[in-house]
Amino acid sequence: MLHERIPNLANFVEPDRVRREVYTDAAIFEMEMERIHEHVWIYCGHETQVPKAGDYYTTRIGRQPMLMVRGKDGKVNVLYNRCPHRGSMMCGDRSGNAGEFFRCSYHSWTFHHDGKLRAIPMMESGYAGTRWTRDNPDCNMKRAARVENYRGFVFASLAAEGPGLLEFLGRSKVAFDDICDRSPEGEVEIVPNCFRVIQHSNWKIFLENQLDALHPSVTHQSTGRAAREVELEIEKRTGKIPLSYHMLSAFSTVTIEKWDNFQTLNYPYGHCILTGYMGLRPQDPDTLEYERVLAKAYGEKRKEEILSTNIHHVLIYPGLSVQSPLQQLRAVRPLGVDKTLTEIWHFRLKGAPEPIYRRALAYYNLVNSPSTLINADDLENFWKAHQGLSSDGGDWVSFHRHYGRDAEKDGIVETAPNCGTSEAPMRNQMKAWTQYMASGK
Amino acid sequence: MKKRTVKKPARKTAAAGRPVRAAKTAPNGHDTQHAVEQFLYRQAELLDEKRWQDYIDLFAEDGMYWMPPEPSHATWDGMPAIFAEDKNLMTVRMKRVLHPDAWSQRPLWGTNHVVGNVVVERESPNGDVVARSRFHMMELRRDDVRHFAGLYIHHLKKTKDGYRIKLQRVDMTNAQAAFDYVLQVWV
Ligand code: FES
Ligand SMILES: [Fe+2]
Repeated sequence: MLHERIPNLANFVEPDRVRREVYTDAAIFEMEMERIHEHVWIYCGHETQVPKAGDYYTTRIGRQPMLMVRGKDGKVNVLYNRCPHRGSMMCGDRSGNAGEFFRCSYHSWTFHHDGKLRAIPMMESGYAGTRWTRDNPDCNMKRAARVENYRGFVFASLAAEGPGLLEFLGRSKVAFDDICDRSPEGEVEIVPNCFRVIQHSNWKIFLENQLDALHPSVTHQSTGRAAREVELEIEKRTGKIPLSYHMLSAFSTVTIEKWDNFQTLNYPYGHCILTGYMGLRPQDPDTLEYERVLAKAYGEKRKEEILSTNIHHVLIYPGLSVQSPLQQLRAVRPLGVDKTLTEIWHFRLKGAPEPIYRRALAYYNLVNSPSTLINADDLENFWKAHQGLSSDGGDWVSFHRHYGRDAEKDGIVETAPNCGTSEAPMRNQMKAWTQYMASGK
Repeated sequence: MKKRTVKKPARKTAAAGRPVRAAKTAPNGHDTQHAVEQFLYRQAELLDEKRWQDYIDLFAEDGMYWMPPEPSHATWDGMPAIFAEDKNLMTVRMKRVLHPDAWSQRPLWGTNHVVGNVVVERESPNGDVVARSRFHMMELRRDDVRHFAGLYIHHLKKTKDGYRIKLQRVDMTNAQAAFDYVLQVWV
């Protein structure tokens, strides 16, 4: 049985290939949840999702149902969504306002927004002489061990020990800098809508796809071609092409060879960046107006720096995929070894002209909504990948593309020029996976 | 393109003698009711028969297909939307699913729509109509069955070729639920 071999988990991962059980074995999944997701920094949400005291939003960290809640002191707390009395879930809806305090629907124990016990019915008469006293910390709703907020993006870790958020993020924090700096005010606010899509495949299959620069021209050819045909017709009729079509048609006009011009940067803890400019600086009046607003806020030089940030995608392992130039992200919530939820959010650049928001919104609706013209085929691939890996038809997953051409400098693995389709990001993710899994608790 | 003209019913006897509420708001009484029902049934049938171009042709040149993520949204303009497609975008979607390498279309896939509870909300003197109806769609993909249901609101324009859709709003009851897989075409 595999389970007896788990102590030798290192045997499942080699630098250039990975055993299939890593994706399909339920016992390995439980270990991943314990040693990775319920240990590292996980993105909970953006602070503008909970603007007022008592506002809460439910989320998951690994297998744990959690609550992100704004306290009366303005602080955002992250608590286990669980009542300490008999263990009931505290909030049964996805989001809402708790009012002055949380009140459990079962026996009416109440709690402050930071999880501290407020009152228990019959505290005096019922609990006198028991060990259930007000100063017993078990009376409180349990808090995430650590909570940190970087530029409005709230993360929590369920482990008391470990690197701080900024050390953990390292260079991948550029995802949030790139999102926020594109606002003349340096801030974003949530667009109050979350698209949620479930995929029947292991969570790692999704993450490994995000920086797989070879797949778009294969997987998304149908949409790329369709958008190209229609955009040419529109151009013939009107003389111009809406930018949203360009975002889709690029999937067919950017060939595999061109994707190789992109570059991946691979960081400690499994984070990776795909560089490659998304063509968001056309010289139309809207963009020029936006550039004027940015230059006024930051000065010409800083504006240039911000707008030439060369990022296509940032992957923050193990649970976040960020498209910073378009201010959107997908949070990955594993629900089981073969079931994964993505929560898809869009942010508005405070102070930026409306057309810039709408341009990114078009991408959010066309690519990231449940009617996605793009992910329909990705999800089909993910399902097929998980099915194939569940079979005895082979033991290994290959990550050999451009293997041996990675150069490591200061802990950062860069692929050689013209190796943008390298499988270095997958190798990097599995390297982090191995380290986490070996570390145990 | 085949003409999708909705014929006027030859006889008016079916509902004779029974009070028909819709007749109060619709000057043409159940002529309009019948014509709108036929239009909605045919539209649903086109989806189930995968006649995508005929489906798109039911929309006016400036027509919109819109599915908001929640009922409180009053416009698609500048708002997140599950669908907010004009005829151009609908054509992209059609061409995608017809492409031989639309991988998600390879497995067995089909839908069955039932449309009912048709209420003619308003009829303008020029014959334009706003109608509400309820739909229930069952989808089979590989071995998986999904159900989607909700409210259609059709803003129909009367033309010499029959009705054309200026706006179809789709308030799907499951719009806020997590989507198990995605929606490949219009509901
Ligand atoms: S379980 Fe919450 S008060 Fe009893
Ligand atoms: Fe993709």
